[in-house]
Amino acid sequence: MRSTRELSQVLRRCARGALAGLLTAAFLAPFYLMLRNALMDARGLTSPRWTWWPSAMHWENFSSLFSDPALHMGQALGNSLLIAAITAPVSTILASAAGYALARIPVPGRGVLLALVVATLMIPGSVTFVPTFVLVGSMGGVNTLWGIIAPGLFNPFAVLLFRNFYLQFPTEIEEAGRLDGLGWFGLYRRIALPSSGAMLASLGALAFIDSWNSFLWPLVIGQDPSAWTAQIALSTFLTSQTVNLPGLFAGAVVTITPLVAMFLVAQRYIVEGIATSGLKG
Amino acid sequence: MKPVPSTTLHDERARRPTARPRGAPTRRPRTDWRAWGAFALLAGPLLIGVGLFKYVAIGWSFLLSLSEARGTIALGHWVGLDNYRALLSDAVFRTSLVQILLFTLFIVPVTFAASLGLALLVHRIRRGRALLRTAFLIPAAVSYVAASLVWKMCLFNGLPAGIANTVGGWFGMSAVPWLQTTSPPLYWVVLVTLRLWLQVGFYMVLFLAGLQGIPKEIHEAAALDGATGLRLLRRITLPMLRNTSVAVLMLQFIAAFQAFDEFYNLFNSGLSGAATAPVRTPLVYLYDTAMGAQNYGLGSAGAFVLTALIVGVTLLQGRVTGFGKGEE
Repeated sequence: MRSTRELSQVLRRCARGALAGLLTAAFLAPFYLMLRNALMDARGLTSPRWTWWPSAMHWENFSSLFSDPALHMGQALGNSLLIAAITAPVSTILASAAGYALARIPVPGRGVLLALVVATLMIPGSVTFVPTFVLVGSMGGVNTLWGIIAPGLFNPFAVLLFRNFYLQFPTEIEEAGRLDGLGWFGLYRRIALPSSGAMLASLGALAFIDSWNSFLWPLVIGQDPSAWTAQIALSTFLTSQTVNLPGLFAGAVVTITPLVAMFLVAQRYIVEGIATSGLKG
Repeated sequence: MKPVPSTTLHDERARRPTARPRGAPTRRPRTDWRAWGAFALLAGPLLIGVGLFKYVAIGWSFLLSLSEARGTIALGHWVGLDNYRALLSDAVFRTSLVQILLFTLFIVPVTFAASLGLALLVHRIRRGRALLRTAFLIPAAVSYVAASLVWKMCLFNGLPAGIANTVGGWFGMSAVPWLQTTSPPLYWVVLVTLRLWLQVGFYMVLFLAGLQGIPKEIHEAAALDGATGLRLLRRITLPMLRNTSVAVLMLQFIAAFQAFDEFYNLFNSGLSGAATAPVRTPLVYLYDTAMGAQNYGLGSAGAFVLTALIVGVTLLQGRVTGFGKGEE
């Protein structure tokens, strides 16, 4: 009796391991395919005979990605990097500051302001691209980087998360700071903000990912190649009439590399960010 | 600052003088200018941004939805509800609503079950848990554009030697052009597998967090009572994951209803345009209306109809599942 039970447990563990291995392979396969295809030549790619790995590495697929002026890949990558590098810290700090003020500073009407911010959470994000386009367009933001960046800087959801975070923040520390002569701004700047490192990192990482991968808004507002982001450049390449298969896959590899690297390095913060923001949504 | 639409919150606060937090520096009833200054400095930029990009934008767009606005975002040519009438009588828009509903019905249960399954697997496995979690989560780093590229040009490229057709061949299927086959609508396979691959890790992380919140003792007690396997899952684990499940369902629904990226990138091609796409989501329709035809009045009306739909279903779902009770 006991040994059959143990045997079945061992079998179950083996089955679980095999399943895990299979699934891992399936989930990682698209990455492998991207890299393999990016390093092959066009003839090898369209050949009906399967090759696991290119016999000769065609690194020139990557360099021609940047030398082809019609693709605008170099500039688009630069734009994306700039946009994400501004959006992530600025949107996170703005949300943190507002969250602190709404949690702590006792001014009349604070509850109404909070309600007005929270009410916007009901509005689904990308559906409103028409209203946002109307507004940003009227301010002259078409085909500009600030036009791409500006609407993404104000994240009501992050405000709510930060507010809840600061509500649970122990007041004793702030009392001590007040005795040292700090005002409200000083309390935030010297005490609350430095203690929010993990939250800032998690939500900042998520904001960076969202910004880098966002597609609809940059497509709407950045029609001129000078304002293309990496996603728009890749999408234009994909939907264009000429088909350059290895080049396409090289483009995909180049555009996903920054985030894949970030996932590998900062996974802890990303997981934390998803868990905190997902569950309260 | 913006005018206050309702005074209920205000009254409530006025009746509750003790709402002031413990750390308030002074108890002066008059205006505390230093507190106001700090508040304006800290919360001002965000409040102005939200006011501008949410309230002003949406207000303007609402007025546009009542106007004839082709190629212009100026107001003035009022047409009442004509845009809404035109929208709802447009068969293309109605078809897009039906199709997004179908897509949602496909993708939500599949993603839900898959992410829960993966979370249970990762939670139970002893060795290599971190590696496994990374493998399932890392597709979330990939954009829809890059994933569409791989799905369209490699996995489901329709060539006899393509990967999906090769795998299908092992099971006796003949090679098919996946994206172009409309009867049966095989393009759904492409759309669903793509979104599944990309999103499942994200929801798995949510379920993992939920699983970690279940006290070990509960499982141990149930195991002592002889509950094993499926029974344990159905009687203990799933009920304990109720809040997580409801949140996951809501997030999935909202995300699916706003699908755009993969539909645009899989079906658009420079030569033929979007006209050949077998399926258009409401957001693709809105994009074509507002950006292609530059009919901002009709586009605005569409944005409001969609928003109302999403908000309505979310509220209904919240009512049915009792989500949000006991919060705030």
